[in-house]
Amino acid sequence: MRIACPLCGERDSREFSYKGHALALERPAEDAGVAAWDDYLHNRDNPAGLTQELWFHDMGCASWLVAERNTVTHEFGAVRLAEDVKGAKP
Amino acid sequence: MIELKPLSPATGLLPLDIGGVTLREAEMAALTLIAPYMGREAQLTEALEAAHGLGWPQAGETSASGAARLIWFGRKQAVLVGAAASAKLAAHAALTDQSDAWSCVVLEGAGARDVLARLAPLDMRDVAFPVGATARTEVFHMACSITRIEAQSWQIMGFRSMAKTLVHDLQVAMEGVAARAKPALT
Repeated sequence: MRIACPLCGERDSREFSYKGHALALERPAEDAGVAAWDDYLHNRDNPAGLTQELWFHDMGCASWLVAERNTVTHEFGAVRLAEDVKGAKP
Repeated sequence: MIELKPLSPATGLLPLDIGGVTLREAEMAALTLIAPYMGREAQLTEALEAAHGLGWPQAGETSASGAARLIWFGRKQAVLVGAAASAKLAAHAALTDQSDAWSCVVLEGAGARDVLARLAPLDMRDVAFPVGATARTEVFHMACSITRIEAQSWQIMGFRSMAKTLVHDLQVAMEGVAARAKPALT
């Protein structure tokens, strides 16, 4: 697999490590309640098809990326910096 | 009084010359990691231009002015080599002296690219990786920085604590490339 890092260009997947679904970026408010936090921490869909994932370019530029991947074909779609998806806060 | 003698990271390991490819240690130089504070990128670029005559390198690029070189070193990071960082940069970026943290070696020769091709998953054709290009990538499972400093000359930076591993991995690859070279017709 090859992943197109927005900074480094297309690189071999061995340079990256996988974190999990990009849902992790949508952190509930502190007072959102037990149900919302339980859902955030433990519940993930398991789609056959397109999914949004967090990848870390640890051997490269050290960016967190949100990558679209097809779980059936392992084909990658758009890859964006997590910073741009989430919005960076000083 | 005891006088301490500085030792370079690859002391006693280099230089190597195998099959026409040489591996030598780069001169020990001051390395300063420059990481701009959020929202201060424009001011830092101005300060760099004023103090060192250097532009901020985009991803995969280096900028040079005289002996000073600024090497892109990852997201929102660059490392200044060959010059002491001006104190004026400190208002806009975190400056970290990393002179002791890295081992810098230079791989040179006609087969140098073939040696690197065995170790790094990088497109190193001239169109993709011209002189002055740089990349953070891996050299045989180890995170490194590779910069093409001349047409047949690559600078490789690895963690100082892993200098022996870096030299060993490069040596094995150099021997492999040399062994594969076509024997001269007799």
